[in-house]
Amino acid sequence: MASLRLEAFETPLLEPIDLQVADGECISLSGPSGCGKTRLLRAIADLDPHQGEAFIDDSPQSSMSAPTWRSRVGLLPAESFWWANRVGDHFTDMQDPLISDLGFDQACQSWEITRLSSGEKQRLSLARLLLNRPQILLLDEPTANLDQSNSTRVESRIEAWRRRHRSAVIWVTHDQAQQARVANRHFQIKAGKLQEQVWN
Amino acid sequence: MELIQLSAFDLALAACLVIALAGLSVALSLGIERKLLIAATRTVVQLTLLGLVLKVLFVQSHPLLISLLALFMLLVAGYEVMARQQRRFAGIWGMGVGTLSMFISSFSVTLLALNLIIQVEPWYSVQYLIPLLGMLLGNTMSGIAIALDNLTHNAWQQRGQIEARLMLGHAWQTAIQEIRRTALRSGLIPIINAMAAAGVVSLPGMMTGQILAGSPPFEAAKYQILIMLLIAAGTGFGATAAVWIGSRRLFDERQRLRLDRLQDTG
Repeated sequence: MASLRLEAFETPLLEPIDLQVADGECISLSGPSGCGKTRLLRAIADLDPHQGEAFIDDSPQSSMSAPTWRSRVGLLPAESFWWANRVGDHFTDMQDPLISDLGFDQACQSWEITRLSSGEKQRLSLARLLLNRPQILLLDEPTANLDQSNSTRVESRIEAWRRRHRSAVIWVTHDQAQQARVANRHFQIKAGKLQEQVWN
Repeated sequence: MELIQLSAFDLALAACLVIALAGLSVALSLGIERKLLIAATRTVVQLTLLGLVLKVLFVQSHPLLISLLALFMLLVAGYEVMARQQRRFAGIWGMGVGTLSMFISSFSVTLLALNLIIQVEPWYSVQYLIPLLGMLLGNTMSGIAIALDNLTHNAWQQRGQIEARLMLGHAWQTAIQEIRRTALRSGLIPIINAMAAAGVVSLPGMMTGQILAGSPPFEAAKYQILIMLLIAAGTGFGATAAVWIGSRRLFDERQRLRLDRLQDTG
Protein backbone atom coordinates (compact mmCIF):
# COMPACT_ATOMS: atom_id res chain seq x y z
CA MET A 1 0.00 0.00 0.00
CA ALA A 2 1.61 3.24 -1.14
CA SER A 3 0.64 6.68 -2.37
CA LEU A 4 2.76 9.03 -4.46
CA ARG A 5 2.98 12.79 -3.90
CA LEU A 6 4.86 15.43 -5.86
CA GLU A 7 5.56 18.85 -4.37
CA ALA A 8 6.81 21.75 -6.53
CA PHE A 9 8.28 19.01 -8.70
CA GLU A 10 10.09 20.56 -11.63
CA THR A 11 11.51 18.97 -14.79
CA PRO A 12 13.08 20.79 -17.76
CA LEU A 13 10.00 21.03 -20.00
CA LEU A 14 7.25 21.43 -17.43
CA GLU A 15 6.06 24.01 -14.94
CA PRO A 16 6.35 22.91 -11.29
CA ILE A 17 3.88 20.17 -10.46
CA ASP A 18 1.91 19.42 -7.30
CA LEU A 19 0.20 16.09 -7.56
CA GLN A 20 -1.19 13.44 -5.24
CA VAL A 21 -1.91 9.91 -6.45
CA ALA A 22 -3.65 8.01 -3.66
CA ASP A 23 -2.83 4.41 -2.79
CA GLY A 24 -4.62 2.06 -5.15
CA GLU A 25 -5.38 4.91 -7.55
CA CYS A 26 -4.42 4.94 -11.23
CA ILE A 27 -4.16 8.19 -13.17
CA SER A 28 -3.67 8.43 -16.92
CA LEU A 29 -1.26 10.87 -18.50
CA SER A 30 -1.34 12.00 -22.12
CA GLY A 31 -0.01 14.77 -24.30
CA PRO A 32 1.72 15.24 -27.66
CA SER A 33 5.02 13.44 -28.15
CA GLY A 34 8.00 15.39 -26.93
CA CYS A 35 5.92 17.28 -24.36
CA GLY A 36 7.84 15.86 -21.42
CA LYS A 37 5.81 12.84 -20.23
CA THR A 38 8.74 10.44 -20.36
CA ARG A 39 11.03 13.00 -18.77
CA LEU A 40 8.54 13.47 -15.95
CA LEU A 41 8.42 9.72 -15.26
CA ARG A 42 12.22 9.49 -15.41
CA ALA A 43 12.55 12.34 -12.92
CA ILE A 44 10.03 10.74 -10.55
CA ALA A 45 12.13 7.55 -10.72
CA ASP A 46 15.14 9.81 -9.96
CA LEU A 47 16.95 8.95 -13.18
CA ASP A 48 17.26 12.60 -14.22
CA PRO A 49 18.12 15.68 -12.16
CA HIS A 50 15.08 17.70 -11.08
CA GLN A 51 13.82 20.24 -8.55
CA GLY A 52 11.25 19.78 -5.82
CA GLU A 53 10.38 16.70 -3.81
CA ALA A 54 8.58 13.40 -4.34
CA PHE A 55 7.15 11.24 -1.56
CA ILE A 56 6.08 7.63 -1.14
CA ASP A 57 3.40 8.06 1.53
CA ASP A 58 5.29 10.46 3.81
CA SER A 59 8.85 9.43 3.01
CA PRO A 60 10.66 11.93 0.79
CA GLN A 61 12.88 10.79 -2.06
CA SER A 62 15.85 12.60 -0.54
CA SER A 63 15.58 10.57 2.67
CA MET A 64 16.41 7.27 1.02
CA SER A 65 19.23 6.03 -1.20
CA ALA A 66 18.62 6.18 -4.94
CA PRO A 67 18.58 2.36 -5.38
CA THR A 68 16.01 2.02 -2.58
CA TRP A 69 13.82 4.71 -4.11
CA ARG A 70 14.03 3.16 -7.58
CA SER A 71 13.21 -0.32 -6.41
CA ARG A 72 10.11 1.09 -4.67
CA VAL A 73 9.08 3.40 -7.51
CA GLY A 74 9.11 1.06 -10.51
CA LEU A 75 9.43 2.65 -13.95
CA LEU A 76 8.45 0.67 -17.04
CA PRO A 77 10.07 2.50 -19.97
CA ALA A 78 8.50 2.51 -23.43
CA GLU A 79 11.50 0.64 -24.83
CA SER A 80 12.96 -2.16 -22.77
CA PHE A 81 16.68 -2.92 -22.50
CA TRP A 82 18.40 -6.16 -21.53
CA TRP A 83 21.91 -6.52 -20.19
CA ALA A 84 22.49 -10.28 -20.59
CA ASN A 85 21.99 -12.67 -23.50
CA ARG A 86 19.17 -14.86 -22.20
CA VAL A 87 15.81 -14.04 -20.70
CA GLY A 88 16.44 -16.13 -17.57
CA ASP A 89 19.58 -14.13 -16.66
CA HIS A 90 17.38 -11.13 -15.90
CA PHE A 91 15.14 -12.89 -13.39
CA THR A 92 15.79 -14.42 -10.00
CA ASP A 93 12.53 -16.38 -9.88
CA MET A 94 10.80 -17.52 -13.04
CA GLN A 95 8.47 -19.90 -11.19
CA ASP A 96 6.21 -17.00 -10.22
CA PRO A 97 2.66 -17.30 -11.61
CA LEU A 98 3.09 -13.81 -13.01
CA ILE A 99 5.19 -15.26 -15.84
CA SER A 100 2.36 -17.50 -17.00
CA ASP A 101 -0.23 -14.78 -16.38
CA LEU A 102 1.62 -12.71 -18.97
CA GLY A 103 1.53 -15.57 -21.47
CA PHE A 104 4.92 -17.26 -21.05
CA ASP A 105 6.01 -20.67 -19.85
CA GLN A 106 9.22 -21.89 -18.19
CA ALA A 107 10.86 -22.53 -21.57
CA CYS A 108 11.25 -18.81 -22.12
CA GLN A 109 14.16 -18.76 -19.64
CA SER A 110 16.56 -20.00 -22.28
CA TRP A 111 15.30 -17.70 -25.03
CA GLU A 112 17.81 -15.31 -26.51
CA ILE A 113 16.98 -11.64 -26.07
CA THR A 114 17.88 -10.82 -29.68
CA ARG A 115 15.19 -13.18 -30.94
CA LEU A 116 12.32 -11.69 -28.93
CA SER A 117 9.64 -9.67 -30.69
CA SER A 118 9.02 -6.16 -29.41
CA GLY A 119 5.74 -7.33 -27.87
CA GLU A 120 7.44 -10.19 -26.03
CA LYS A 121 10.09 -7.80 -24.77
CA GLN A 122 7.44 -5.44 -23.50
CA ARG A 123 5.55 -8.14 -21.58
CA LEU A 124 8.75 -9.69 -20.17
CA SER A 125 9.94 -6.27 -19.13
CA LEU A 126 6.68 -5.81 -17.20
CA ALA A 127 7.22 -9.20 -15.55
CA ARG A 128 10.80 -8.21 -14.66
CA LEU A 129 9.53 -5.00 -13.10
CA LEU A 130 6.65 -6.53 -11.11
CA LEU A 131 8.83 -9.37 -9.77
CA ASN A 132 11.03 -6.65 -8.31
CA ARG A 133 8.00 -5.80 -6.08
CA PRO A 134 7.73 -2.03 -6.59
CA GLN A 135 5.19 -0.12 -4.47
CA ILE A 136 4.46 2.54 -7.09
CA LEU A 137 4.14 1.96 -10.85
CA LEU A 138 5.14 4.46 -13.54
CA LEU A 139 4.10 2.96 -16.88
CA ASP A 140 5.21 4.52 -20.16
CA GLU A 141 2.85 3.17 -22.85
CA PRO A 142 2.98 -0.40 -21.55
CA THR A 143 0.79 -1.81 -24.35
CA ALA A 144 2.16 0.17 -27.31
CA ASN A 145 3.60 -2.88 -29.11
CA LEU A 146 0.91 -5.39 -28.16
CA ASP A 147 -1.98 -6.94 -30.06
CA GLN A 148 -5.50 -6.79 -28.66
CA SER A 149 -5.40 -9.99 -26.62
CA ASN A 150 -2.01 -9.32 -25.07
CA SER A 151 -2.98 -5.75 -24.40
CA THR A 152 -6.02 -6.98 -22.44
CA ARG A 153 -3.83 -9.47 -20.60
CA VAL A 154 -1.39 -6.73 -19.54
CA GLU A 155 -4.17 -4.37 -18.50
CA SER A 156 -5.81 -6.98 -16.32
CA ARG A 157 -2.49 -8.02 -14.77
CA ILE A 158 -1.68 -4.43 -13.82
CA GLU A 159 -5.22 -3.94 -12.56
CA ALA A 160 -4.88 -7.03 -10.34
CA TRP A 161 -1.51 -5.78 -9.05
CA ARG A 162 -2.93 -2.35 -8.24
CA ARG A 163 -5.90 -3.79 -6.34
CA ARG A 164 -3.87 -6.37 -4.46
CA HIS A 165 -0.97 -4.13 -3.43
CA ARG A 166 -2.91 -0.86 -3.44
CA SER A 167 -0.17 0.77 -5.51
CA ALA A 168 -0.40 4.26 -6.91
CA VAL A 169 -0.07 4.06 -10.71
CA ILE A 170 0.73 6.66 -13.37
CA TRP A 171 -0.13 5.29 -16.82
CA VAL A 172 0.99 7.11 -19.96
CA THR A 173 -1.22 6.30 -22.94
CA HIS A 174 -2.62 8.06 -26.01
CA ASP A 175 -5.54 5.64 -26.33
CA GLN A 176 -8.65 7.33 -24.93
CA ALA A 177 -10.55 4.08 -24.54
CA GLN A 178 -7.66 2.68 -22.53
CA GLN A 179 -7.50 5.80 -20.38
CA ALA A 180 -11.16 5.31 -19.56
CA ARG A 181 -10.68 1.60 -18.76
CA VAL A 182 -7.63 1.82 -16.53
CA ALA A 183 -7.66 5.19 -14.80
CA ASN A 184 -9.87 7.04 -12.34
CA ARG A 185 -8.50 10.49 -13.09
CA HIS A 186 -7.06 11.81 -16.34
CA PHE A 187 -4.24 14.30 -16.83
CA GLN A 188 -2.88 15.97 -19.90
CA ILE A 189 0.25 17.99 -20.56
CA LYS A 190 -0.53 21.09 -22.59
CA ALA A 191 1.96 23.89 -23.27
CA GLY A 192 4.22 22.79 -20.41
CA LYS A 193 1.38 22.51 -17.89
CA LEU A 194 -0.07 19.42 -16.27
CA GLN A 195 -3.86 19.75 -16.30
CA GLU A 196 -6.56 17.49 -14.97
CA GLN A 197 -9.18 16.76 -17.61
CA VAL A 198 -12.83 16.65 -16.73
CA TRP A 199 -14.74 14.02 -18.69
CA ASN A 200 -18.48 14.10 -18.95
CA MET B 1 83.08 -1.18 -27.52
CA GLU B 2 82.73 2.51 -28.25
CA LEU B 3 79.43 4.05 -29.32
CA ILE B 4 79.72 5.32 -32.92
CA GLN B 5 78.56 8.93 -32.95
CA LEU B 6 75.83 9.88 -35.39
CA SER B 7 76.35 12.94 -37.58
CA ALA B 8 73.63 15.30 -38.78
CA PHE B 9 74.14 13.79 -42.23
CA ASP B 10 73.31 10.31 -40.88
CA LEU B 11 70.01 11.57 -39.46
CA ALA B 12 69.25 13.43 -42.68
CA LEU B 13 69.54 10.17 -44.60
CA ALA B 14 66.93 8.58 -42.32
CA ALA B 15 64.75 11.66 -42.72
CA CYS B 16 64.87 11.21 -46.50
CA LEU B 17 63.13 7.86 -46.09
CA VAL B 18 60.24 9.51 -44.23
CA ILE B 19 60.04 12.23 -46.88
CA ALA B 20 59.90 9.51 -49.52
CA LEU B 21 57.07 7.90 -47.58
CA ALA B 22 55.23 11.25 -47.55
CA GLY B 23 55.69 11.36 -51.34
CA LEU B 24 54.14 7.91 -51.58
CA SER B 25 51.21 9.09 -49.47
CA VAL B 26 50.62 11.91 -51.97
CA ALA B 27 50.91 9.54 -54.94
CA LEU B 28 48.39 7.12 -53.44
CA SER B 29 46.14 9.96 -52.14
CA LEU B 30 46.27 8.62 -48.60
CA GLY B 31 45.99 12.19 -47.31
CA ILE B 32 48.22 11.38 -44.38
CA GLU B 33 51.45 13.12 -45.56
CA ARG B 34 50.82 16.26 -43.51
CA LYS B 35 50.27 14.33 -40.30
CA LEU B 36 53.30 12.16 -41.00
CA LEU B 37 55.63 15.09 -41.58
CA ILE B 38 54.34 16.99 -38.55
CA ALA B 39 54.81 13.94 -36.35
CA ALA B 40 58.31 13.32 -37.72
CA THR B 41 59.25 16.96 -37.15
CA ARG B 42 57.89 16.71 -33.61
CA THR B 43 60.06 13.65 -33.00
CA VAL B 44 63.16 15.49 -34.17
CA VAL B 45 62.46 18.67 -32.20
CA GLN B 46 61.23 16.99 -29.02
CA LEU B 47 64.02 14.45 -28.77
CA THR B 48 66.67 17.06 -29.56
CA LEU B 49 65.28 19.27 -26.81
CA LEU B 50 65.11 16.35 -24.40
CA GLY B 51 68.73 15.51 -25.19
CA LEU B 52 69.75 19.10 -24.46
CA VAL B 53 67.69 19.29 -21.26
CA LEU B 54 69.12 16.01 -19.98
CA LYS B 55 72.62 17.21 -20.83
CA VAL B 56 72.07 20.21 -18.57
CA LEU B 57 70.46 18.09 -15.86
CA PHE B 58 73.31 15.61 -15.88
CA VAL B 59 75.64 18.45 -14.93
CA GLN B 60 73.28 20.22 -12.54
CA SER B 61 71.09 17.56 -11.02
CA HIS B 62 69.01 19.83 -8.81
CA PRO B 63 65.93 17.98 -7.45
CA LEU B 64 63.67 20.94 -8.29
CA LEU B 65 64.70 20.93 -11.96
CA ILE B 66 64.16 17.17 -12.15
CA SER B 67 60.69 17.48 -10.58
CA LEU B 68 59.83 20.19 -13.09
CA LEU B 69 60.80 17.94 -15.98
CA ALA B 70 58.85 15.01 -14.46
CA LEU B 71 55.78 17.22 -13.99
CA PHE B 72 56.04 18.46 -17.56
CA MET B 73 56.20 14.87 -18.85
CA LEU B 74 53.16 13.94 -16.74
CA LEU B 75 51.10 16.88 -18.02
CA VAL B 76 51.93 16.14 -21.65
CA ALA B 77 51.00 12.48 -21.13
CA GLY B 78 47.73 13.62 -19.50
CA TYR B 79 47.00 15.82 -22.47
CA GLU B 80 47.74 12.95 -24.88
CA VAL B 81 45.32 10.65 -23.04
CA MET B 82 42.62 13.31 -23.32
CA ALA B 83 43.32 13.97 -26.98
CA ARG B 84 42.83 10.29 -27.80
CA GLN B 85 39.29 10.17 -26.36
CA GLN B 86 36.37 10.36 -28.73
CA ARG B 87 34.00 11.17 -25.88
CA ARG B 88 35.99 12.82 -23.16
CA PHE B 89 34.89 14.07 -19.78
CA ALA B 90 33.93 17.73 -19.92
CA GLY B 91 35.95 20.37 -18.07
CA ILE B 92 38.86 19.64 -15.76
CA TRP B 93 37.96 15.94 -15.67
CA GLY B 94 38.91 15.56 -19.35
CA MET B 95 42.58 15.76 -18.51
CA GLY B 96 42.21 15.08 -14.81
CA VAL B 97 41.16 11.41 -14.90
CA GLY B 98 44.12 10.29 -17.03
CA THR B 99 46.70 12.56 -15.40
CA LEU B 100 45.74 11.54 -11.88
CA SER B 101 45.78 7.83 -12.73
CA MET B 102 49.18 8.09 -14.41
CA PHE B 103 50.52 10.05 -11.48
CA ILE B 104 49.33 7.36 -9.07
CA SER B 105 50.69 4.43 -11.08
CA SER B 106 53.77 5.64 -13.01
CA PHE B 107 55.25 7.73 -10.22
CA SER B 108 54.79 5.14 -7.50
CA VAL B 109 56.11 2.30 -9.66
CA THR B 110 59.12 4.43 -10.68
CA LEU B 111 59.87 5.36 -7.07
CA LEU B 112 59.54 1.76 -6.01
CA ALA B 113 61.92 0.62 -8.73
CA LEU B 114 64.50 3.30 -7.96
CA ASN B 115 64.49 2.84 -4.20
CA LEU B 116 63.89 -0.85 -3.66
CA ILE B 117 64.93 -2.63 -6.85
CA ILE B 118 67.75 -0.74 -8.55
CA GLN B 119 68.69 1.14 -5.35
CA VAL B 120 70.15 4.18 -7.06
CA GLU B 121 72.01 6.75 -4.92
CA PRO B 122 70.53 9.33 -4.78
CA TRP B 123 67.20 7.95 -5.96
CA TYR B 124 66.51 11.07 -8.07
CA SER B 125 69.62 10.52 -10.18
CA VAL B 126 68.66 11.79 -13.64
CA GLN B 127 70.34 8.97 -15.51
CA TYR B 128 67.89 6.45 -14.03
CA LEU B 129 64.84 8.47 -13.03
CA ILE B 130 63.99 10.21 -16.31
CA PRO B 131 64.35 7.25 -18.71
CA LEU B 132 62.44 4.98 -16.33
CA LEU B 133 59.66 7.47 -15.76
CA GLY B 134 59.51 8.15 -19.49
CA MET B 135 59.11 4.49 -20.40
CA LEU B 136 56.45 4.02 -17.74
CA LEU B 137 54.50 7.16 -18.64
CA GLY B 138 54.65 6.39 -22.36
CA ASN B 139 53.25 2.91 -21.92
CA THR B 140 50.69 3.54 -19.17
CA MET B 141 49.50 6.46 -21.29
CA SER B 142 48.50 4.10 -24.10
CA GLY B 143 46.83 1.63 -21.77
CA ILE B 144 44.88 4.31 -19.93
CA ALA B 145 43.83 6.03 -23.15
CA ILE B 146 42.46 2.78 -24.58
CA ALA B 147 40.71 1.79 -21.35
CA LEU B 148 39.06 5.19 -20.87
CA ASP B 149 37.98 5.43 -24.49
CA ASN B 150 36.46 1.97 -24.24
CA LEU B 151 34.68 2.89 -20.98
CA THR B 152 33.05 6.06 -22.27
CA HIS B 153 32.27 4.56 -25.67
CA ASN B 154 30.48 1.56 -24.17
CA ALA B 155 28.70 3.58 -21.52
CA TRP B 156 27.33 5.75 -24.31
CA GLN B 157 26.33 2.80 -26.49
CA GLN B 158 24.78 0.84 -23.64
CA ARG B 159 23.05 3.64 -21.85
CA GLY B 160 19.72 1.77 -22.09
CA GLN B 161 21.13 -1.36 -20.46
CA ILE B 162 22.78 0.62 -17.66
CA GLU B 163 19.59 2.53 -16.93
CA ALA B 164 17.46 -0.63 -17.12
CA ARG B 165 19.45 -1.89 -14.15
CA LEU B 166 19.28 1.42 -12.29
CA MET B 167 15.49 1.43 -12.74
CA LEU B 168 15.29 -1.91 -10.95
CA GLY B 169 17.21 -0.50 -8.01
CA HIS B 170 20.62 -1.94 -8.85
CA ALA B 171 23.58 0.07 -7.54
CA TRP B 172 25.68 1.98 -10.06
CA GLN B 173 28.61 -0.38 -9.56
CA THR B 174 26.45 -3.33 -10.61
CA ALA B 175 25.00 -1.42 -13.54
CA ILE B 176 28.42 -0.57 -14.98
CA GLN B 177 30.44 -3.61 -13.84
CA GLU B 178 30.52 -5.46 -17.15
CA ILE B 179 31.48 -2.30 -19.05
CA ARG B 180 34.20 -1.62 -16.50
CA ARG B 181 35.66 -5.09 -16.94
CA THR B 182 35.67 -4.83 -20.72
CA ALA B 183 37.39 -1.43 -20.52
CA LEU B 184 40.09 -2.73 -18.21
CA ARG B 185 40.74 -5.78 -20.35
CA SER B 186 41.08 -3.65 -23.46
CA GLY B 187 43.63 -1.43 -21.71
CA LEU B 188 45.75 -4.40 -20.64
CA ILE B 189 45.81 -6.35 -23.89
CA PRO B 190 48.58 -4.30 -25.60
CA ILE B 191 51.09 -4.82 -22.77
CA ILE B 192 50.18 -8.49 -22.47
CA ASN B 193 50.82 -8.90 -26.19
CA ALA B 194 54.06 -6.94 -25.93
CA MET B 195 55.32 -9.17 -23.11
CA ALA B 196 54.36 -12.29 -25.01
CA ALA B 197 56.24 -11.18 -28.14
CA ALA B 198 59.25 -9.62 -26.39
CA GLY B 199 62.53 -11.06 -27.55
CA VAL B 200 60.90 -13.50 -29.93
CA VAL B 201 59.28 -11.24 -32.46
CA SER B 202 60.42 -7.81 -31.32
CA LEU B 203 63.67 -6.62 -29.82
CA PRO B 204 62.50 -3.97 -27.33
CA GLY B 205 63.76 -0.42 -27.83
CA MET B 206 65.52 0.00 -24.55
CA MET B 207 67.46 -3.23 -24.84
CA THR B 208 68.44 -2.34 -28.39
CA GLY B 209 69.69 1.01 -27.14
CA GLN B 210 71.75 -0.48 -24.37
CA ILE B 211 73.32 -3.03 -26.70
CA LEU B 212 74.12 -0.32 -29.25
CA ALA B 213 75.72 1.71 -26.48
CA GLY B 214 77.96 -1.19 -25.64
CA SER B 215 76.33 -2.85 -22.61
CA PRO B 216 76.75 -6.61 -22.26
CA PRO B 217 73.63 -8.20 -23.84
CA PHE B 218 72.77 -10.18 -20.72
CA GLU B 219 72.76 -7.03 -18.54
CA ALA B 220 70.63 -5.31 -21.17
CA ALA B 221 68.20 -8.24 -21.11
CA LYS B 222 67.85 -8.02 -17.33
CA TYR B 223 67.07 -4.32 -17.50
CA GLN B 224 64.55 -4.94 -20.24
CA ILE B 225 62.83 -7.64 -18.18
CA LEU B 226 62.64 -5.28 -15.23
CA ILE B 227 61.16 -2.54 -17.41
CA MET B 228 58.59 -4.82 -19.04
CA LEU B 229 57.36 -6.06 -15.66
CA LEU B 230 57.22 -2.55 -14.26
CA ILE B 231 55.34 -1.33 -17.32
CA ALA B 232 52.82 -4.16 -17.01
CA ALA B 233 52.21 -3.32 -13.35
CA GLY B 234 52.11 0.42 -14.01
CA THR B 235 49.69 0.04 -16.92
CA GLY B 236 47.45 -2.34 -15.01
CA PHE B 237 47.20 -0.25 -11.87
CA GLY B 238 46.96 2.97 -13.87
CA ALA B 239 44.15 1.66 -16.08
CA THR B 240 42.33 0.34 -13.01
CA ALA B 241 42.55 3.74 -11.35
CA ALA B 242 41.42 5.53 -14.51
CA VAL B 243 38.45 3.21 -15.10
CA TRP B 244 37.48 3.41 -11.43
CA ILE B 245 37.61 7.22 -11.31
CA GLY B 246 36.04 7.55 -14.75
CA SER B 247 33.14 5.21 -14.06
CA ARG B 248 32.43 6.95 -10.76
CA ARG B 249 32.32 10.25 -12.62
CA LEU B 250 29.70 8.85 -15.02
CA PHE B 251 27.24 8.78 -12.11
CA ASP B 252 26.20 11.58 -9.78
CA GLU B 253 25.47 11.55 -6.06
CA ARG B 254 21.99 10.06 -6.72
CA GLN B 255 23.53 7.34 -8.89
CA ARG B 256 22.07 8.75 -12.09
CA LEU B 257 23.89 8.01 -15.33
CA ARG B 258 25.22 11.42 -16.39
CA LEU B 259 26.31 11.14 -20.01
CA ASP B 260 25.96 14.92 -20.19
CA ARG B 261 29.32 14.96 -18.42
CA LEU B 262 30.91 13.69 -21.63
CA GLN B 263 31.55 15.80 -24.67
CA ASP B 264 31.71 14.38 -28.16
CA THR B 265 34.76 15.48 -30.07
CA GLY B 266 33.50 14.05 -33.32
